Amino acid sequence: MKRIIYEVTESIRMAFAQIRANKLRSALTALGVVIGILAVTLMGTAIRGVDIGFNASLAMLGSDVLHVEKWPWITGDDWWKYVNRPIIKPDEAAKLSRIIEATPNSELDFAVFVHGRGGVSVKAGTLSINGVVVFGSTGEYGRILTADFTEGRMYTETESDAAQQVCVLGSDVAQALFPGRSSIGQTIVVKGQPFRVIGVLAKQGSFLGLFSFDDQMLMPLGAYRKYFGIRNGNPEIQVKVKDKTRIAEARDELTGDMRRVRGQVPGEPDNFTINTQDAFKDKLDPIKQGIALAGLFVTGLALFVGAIGIMNITFVSVRERTKEIGTRKALGARRLTIRLQFLIEAVSICMVGGVIGLTLTFLTCLGVKTAFPAFPLEFSASLIVISMLVSVATGVLSGYLPAASASKLDPVVALRYE
Amino acid sequence: MTPPALAEVRPLRPAGPLVIAIENVTKLYQMGDETIHALRGVSLEIRRNEYLAVMGPSGSGKSTMMNMLGCLDTPTSGRYEFNGNDVAAMTDDELADIRNREIGFVFQTFNLLPRSDALRNVELPLIYGGVPPHERHERARKALEDVGLGERIHHRPNELSGGQRQRVAIARALVNRPSIILADEPTGNLDSKTGIEILALFEDLYERGNTIIVVTHEESVARHARRIIRLHDGLIASDGPVT
Repeated sequence: MKRIIYEVTESIRMAFAQIRANKLRSALTALGVVIGILAVTLMGTAIRGVDIGFNASLAMLGSDVLHVEKWPWITGDDWWKYVNRPIIKPDEAAKLSRIIEATPNSELDFAVFVHGRGGVSVKAGTLSINGVVVFGSTGEYGRILTADFTEGRMYTETESDAAQQVCVLGSDVAQALFPGRSSIGQTIVVKGQPFRVIGVLAKQGSFLGLFSFDDQMLMPLGAYRKYFGIRNGNPEIQVKVKDKTRIAEARDELTGDMRRVRGQVPGEPDNFTINTQDAFKDKLDPIKQGIALAGLFVTGLALFVGAIGIMNITFVSVRERTKEIGTRKALGARRLTIRLQFLIEAVSICMVGGVIGLTLTFLTCLGVKTAFPAFPLEFSASLIVISMLVSVATGVLSGYLPAASASKLDPVVALRYE
Repeated sequence: MTPPALAEVRPLRPAGPLVIAIENVTKLYQMGDETIHALRGVSLEIRRNEYLAVMGPSGSGKSTMMNMLGCLDTPTSGRYEFNGNDVAAMTDDELADIRNREIGFVFQTFNLLPRSDALRNVELPLIYGGVPPHERHERARKALEDVGLGERIHHRPNELSGGQRQRVAIARALVNRPSIILADEPTGNLDSKTGIEILALFEDLYERGNTIIVVTHEESVARHARRIIRLHDGLIASDGPVT
C-alpha cells in the first residue's frame, strides 16, 4: 500500500516534469480538453440557469392555486376539443365559492374570477407605457397574488363591489409612469378613464422570458367589465388550495364542484380544464431534459475530440519513452506502476485543461451576468466537482489504452529500443 | 586498454553461498519462419562475492544470457534458480520484484532519467521497493557518496560527464543492496581513461563484498574479473578463472 503511494507521488511529479518539458505539446493537447470542458460546463450552466429560471417562473404562478380555464396551458393539435367549450363566467366563480363554503372539510379555500387583457396603453401626465397586461378581479385576488406590495395595498371587497376606479400597478408600470417617486394616490389614465393608484407590486421578473409579471395592472372586476368587457378572451377562475401538499385531492374536489356548477351529467366529459403549475412542469420537464441531453451530447463531442488528442499524445509519449519504460521495468517497476504513470500523465493534462476550461466558464458566466443579467447562466459548486470528475474520467479513458500498452512492453525489447 | 596497475594485485575474495544456479537452460526465439537457438543448454553457478565476466562475439547468446541472468527474460526450458527461487515459474510482477531487490543493472548507455537529478535517479529503485521518503533520500545520498559523487547529487544527467553518469547509474544499481550487480558493456560508451576509472570502481565494489557480473566483448574489460565465461553459438565454450 505504502509502495503504491510512493509510486503515485513519483508519477505525479514525473507527469508535471513531463508537461513542463513539453510545454507547447502539452498546451495544445490540453487545449482540446479546455474547449471540451468549456463547452460542457457552459452547457451545464445554461441548463441549470434555465432550470432555475423555470422554477422561479412557476413559483410566480403560485404552487397552491388551481386554474379553472377553457383551455389547457399546453395544447397540441387537439384544439378542436376545447374550442366549443363555454367561456368561464364570474357567476360560476361565485357559485364555486358558495359550494366550497358549504362543503365540510373542503380542500379548497375560495375561488376568484380573473380576466386579463394585454397590449393596453396606460398614461400618467406626459408619460405613457404600452403593452400593459390589465387584470380585472375581485379584492380576494389579493390573497392569491404571489408578489408582495412595495407600497400601498390591494383594493378591498367594498371598493371592488362598487366598481371604484382604483388600481394596483406592477413595478415596471409604476417605474415607467412615476419614475423616482411614489405613485400612490396618483392618477393614471386607461381607456380614457382615470384610475387612482392604491398599490404597487414588488418586482417579480419575467415568466420563462415570455412575459413579465411586472408589466401588469390590477383593477376591480366591475370597472374592468365596464371598459374591457369579459365576454371574449380567456377568463379563468383561480382557486386557492388550503394544503398545497394535497393538490391532487383538491383538484378532484374542484372538478366535482365545477361540474355541479355547470350542471354536467355523469358520463359527459368535463367542459373545462383545471390547470396547475405541476401539470405545466410535468409537460415541460421531458422537453427540458431532452434539450439538456442533446446539448450535453453535442458539447460532449467536443470533449471527446479532446480525449482523442490526449490518447494520441499519450501513445506518442509511450513510444518516445520506450527505453525509459524498459529501464524502469529493469529497476523493478511492475505493470501497474507503469500503467499508473501514464494514466496519471493523461489525467494530469486533463485536469490542467479542466481547471483552465472551468476558469474560462466561470469568467464567461461572470461576464454574461454583468452584461445581460436576464441571461440564464448559473455557475455552481457542483459544476466544479462534476467537471473535475469529468476531466479525470476523460484522462482515465483516453490514457487507458496507451498506458496498458506501455505496461505490457517486454523489458528486453523496450531496453533495446532506440 | 591497458589494465590499471592496481589490478595486478588481484586479490581473490572467498566466494560465498550460491546466488544463481542455471541448469541446462535453452532459449528459442521465433524470427519470422526461422527459429533462433540463442541458448542451447547452458549450465552455470554463480556464488556471492564473485567477479565474473561473460564474453562472446555477437550472436553468441551473450545478450540473451544477460537478460536471463537479469531476470528480464525467462528460459524456454531448463532450470534457473535465483537465491533458491525458481525464476522460470515467475509472473512478470514477481520478476519485477526480484529485479528490484536482487539485481542492480548498469547499462552501456547509462539509462538515466534525463529530467531527474542524480538523487532522484538513484532513489527510483527505492520507490519501487516501497522505501519511505526520508530513508530513501538518505540511502540514495549515501550511495552517491560511495561512488564519489557526493558533491553532485542535484545535477541532472546532462550536467554530468559520461563517467559521472555511469557512476550515478552504479549508485542506482547499488542502492537497494542487491545480490548481484549486472553490468552490460559498462565502459562501452566511455573513453578509455574514464573506462578505467569505472573498472576501478567495480574492483572497489568487489572488494567491499559485492557480486559483479560484467557482460562484455572486450578482453581488456573481462580481464578485470576473476572468472570468465566465454559463450559461443549458444553454448559455454569455456568457464574458468582469469589467468
